[in-house]
Amino acid sequence: MLRNSLIFVLVIAVGVIFYSLFTQFDGNDELSDLAQFYAQKENIDKVGSANLVTAVVVTYRGLDTLGEVTILFLTAAIIGFFLKGKLEEGKREVRPSSEILQTAAAVLIPIIIVFGVYIFINGHLTPGGGFQGGAIIASAIILMLLTRPTMPFNHKLFSTIESISGLSFITLGVLGALFAGGFLDNRFIETGTVGELISGGAIPIIYSFVGLKVGAELSNILGDFQEVQNEK
Amino acid sequence: MTYIIVSILLGIIMLLMTGIAILHKNMVVAIIAAGVVSLFASVLYLLLAAPDVALTEAAIGSGLSTIIFFYVLNKIRKNNVAE
Repeated sequence: MLRNSLIFVLVIAVGVIFYSLFTQFDGNDELSDLAQFYAQKENIDKVGSANLVTAVVVTYRGLDTLGEVTILFLTAAIIGFFLKGKLEEGKREVRPSSEILQTAAAVLIPIIIVFGVYIFINGHLTPGGGFQGGAIIASAIILMLLTRPTMPFNHKLFSTIESISGLSFITLGVLGALFAGGFLDNRFIETGTVGELISGGAIPIIYSFVGLKVGAELSNILGDFQEVQNEK
Repeated sequence: MTYIIVSILLGIIMLLMTGIAILHKNMVVAIIAAGVVSLFASVLYLLLAAPDVALTEAAIGSGLSTIIFFYVLNKIRKNNVAE
């Protein structure tokens, strides 16, 4: 009884706290100063990217992207540290997956991977980018692990891909600092015409490496989880 | 107008699914309900003109995290049976 009334009091208190947020909210009719700076015509032309969000995320806020990738790497490393397992072939008893799943996976996995690659290569033109493409590639890996649960997971390959992509990302950032305006500046390569596939300077290259890195990290996490399934 | 109605319907479905995810006794149903919340959230983000966020939410929220929850559930069950 006391506990229930406490919960009730807590709900009312939260309601009181957020009530002013509800009543005093009115949407902005115009962009804030910082957003206005980013949305200026000359600044869009400067980075040469059709997708303004990407231009901000990769160039102006490139350091934030680097930080996010680092956090994801840390997460993958911690999960890998705690879930040390080794999946021995044939040791885990599982029902064989159905023929429908196997056939569908064989058709869909290449398409999903190509779609993920498409999303991060076209990151400077269409919505999406490195993180989204990487997550889609990792969902293809999930489908693979669901279809063949006893398949050994090649951690070494994914770790190598991840390390090389991370190193290239930093290298491109340093190249930007040396030959253009600053760290992670995309203009050390010709920006080209806005809207073409090969344009936007280093943005597509940086996003490809971010996509590969994110995809490899998420796949590594999934592989770790899959390997501890057979432990007692 | 239809935009507002669709948004409100999506919000109601999300709230219902959240309730199921919290209160349901069967863990499998709860995990799937949590995945459905993410799925409808991604549709809502798309309606709110944020396709980038919608892509991330659909791939990570309803895809990867659901599978990871199932892996963890499987592991916890095995440990409970062993005891």
